[in-house]
Amino acid sequence: MQRYDFELIARWIPERARVLDLGCGDGVLLAGLAATHGVDGYGIEIDDANVLASVRNGVNVVQTDIESGLAQFDAGTFDFVILSQTLQAMRNAESVLLEMLRVGREGIVTFPNFGYWRHRIDILRGHMPVSKTLPYSWWDTPNIHLCTVKDFEDLCVKVGAEILEERVIHEGRAIGFLPNVRGSLAIFRFRRKP
Amino acid sequence: MAGRVFSFMDLPDPHSVGVAVAQRAGFLEPLILKAGKTLASYELVYETYGTLNAQRSNAVLVCHALSGSHHVAGYYADDPKKVGWWDNLVGPGKPLDTDRFFVIGVNNIGGCHGSTGPGSVDRATSRPYGASFPVVTVEDWVASQARLMDRLGIERLAAAIGGSLGGMQALQWTLSYPERIAHALVVAAAPRLSTQNIAFNDVARTAIVSDPDFHGGNFYAHNAIPARGLKLARMLGHITYLSEDLLMEKFGRVLKREEYGFNYEVEFEIESYLRYQGDKFAQVFDANTYLLMTKALDYFDPAKEANGDLAGALSQAKAGFFVASFKSDWRFPPERSREIVKALTATRKRVTYAEIDAPHGHDAFLLDNPHYHQLVAAYMDNVAAEVGAGSRREPLAAGTSELEEMRGYGGGGKKA
Repeated sequence: MQRYDFELIARWIPERARVLDLGCGDGVLLAGLAATHGVDGYGIEIDDANVLASVRNGVNVVQTDIESGLAQFDAGTFDFVILSQTLQAMRNAESVLLEMLRVGREGIVTFPNFGYWRHRIDILRGHMPVSKTLPYSWWDTPNIHLCTVKDFEDLCVKVGAEILEERVIHEGRAIGFLPNVRGSLAIFRFRRKP
Repeated sequence: MAGRVFSFMDLPDPHSVGVAVAQRAGFLEPLILKAGKTLASYELVYETYGTLNAQRSNAVLVCHALSGSHHVAGYYADDPKKVGWWDNLVGPGKPLDTDRFFVIGVNNIGGCHGSTGPGSVDRATSRPYGASFPVVTVEDWVASQARLMDRLGIERLAAAIGGSLGGMQALQWTLSYPERIAHALVVAAAPRLSTQNIAFNDVARTAIVSDPDFHGGNFYAHNAIPARGLKLARMLGHITYLSEDLLMEKFGRVLKREEYGFNYEVEFEIESYLRYQGDKFAQVFDANTYLLMTKALDYFDPAKEANGDLAGALSQAKAGFFVASFKSDWRFPPERSREIVKALTATRKRVTYAEIDAPHGHDAFLLDNPHYHQLVAAYMDNVAAEVGAGSRREPLAAGTSELEEMRGYGGGGKKA
């Protein structure tokens, strides 16, 4: 799967930043950021195959559950905490956001926009959406907390996060007009409200 | 040889280091021990596999646990059945690939496999040390291992690796000699023993010292061995090295005979198995070494000198870390490894942590779990690239099956 969000994330991360990547998968984002930006930090990953792939990619990966594993880090340990296309699989998305705000100076969250027009049409036709960003059937999906761009904005207000940047894209193209309808992937950068 | 039928058994195993040769190194420079005592001189017995490269950058030290030895891999020419205790991990094409790494196994001081220990003759008295052999610690072992590295011309280790008590040594290397080690692989270990672990060790020690044949540790002079005590200690230890599920699966409630005997003889298979393991161990292992090893475990606590602050204690380390635990290990459970990882991440160390889903309990670190071995292989591949040890000549060799490793009574002895 092409990860359009990675390009944007890479633009937002400064040189030599200290990064925590939650649900780092095979570690390619961190490995890439280490190569291009000289960042250091850790990937958090629960899946055995992904942990092995991360080691093979030379990434410092810690095998743990995101929701409990964040507790091991002190407040303000990282410059950036990244949660890319994983929020929707969290049991308690709110507490994960709060933990991100605690351990990181800034947070970056990317998620599939449930408000994307194709998803809306699927619902109107009477079915749960299946798309490139939501490739699962309802009965085997790991995605238990899907949300729209507006929903996420509301959650940011609730947890006391100040949104610094907000992008909605579709297949790599930025969507400026009606983003919550025309964009399939949302990318937010935020920090704790000062 | 007329009539001989060739089989695969006759072909040399391309993934074995082959015939291993134990070597000795004598040290006349006294070793000042943490306990305040001094070991005036000592010998270390060790084995090496692979070749030290021209830059001397590819050395990997394998640290053994309670009952291990310097015989890590391969077999002896005069005893081909005596296969090294980590042979499934160490060899050409194996996770710790001897095509690229120069691997060293060393018997620790206080051991009973050839290095100076309680059963060795004290030059001062011309009698076995026995009870007079000083208590040595993980720090002392690491200091003695560093001297062996000096002798071998190794300024800096590419890595030290160990499981359980061996993992503690690998960790200690990064603290005692931060400049002399690039990576530590700390498997199924803990930053210090839990109360429960010390309690288990004390029961084991009590079993040994209360055996009338122990003679206060000077049983050599009485031509006796405290086999009953040592057997009990091993039986207890063995239970704790395996998971409850594994014991249930392997032995269940199976009886030696068909019906209950309503007596106190050996009836259940598990009783028979444990006694067999205990007897076998008591014949080959030294009771004083067992006491000493368990004490070294109890005393290990790097955070102690930093007022209990493990992160502070580990902050001096410069190595990269691979930490792994096994979900079914209740003697050194994952939570204990996570303490190490938490301390390392708090001080921005390079660390990789894997929690491996193996059913065997603590002994899993000795067994051939494919995922575990792939992780070690992948990590060591990165180490090889970093220290200029080259890449694998061939893809990772698949090991022997787990079942084979775990097979019944006669199988390779469990060492933990």
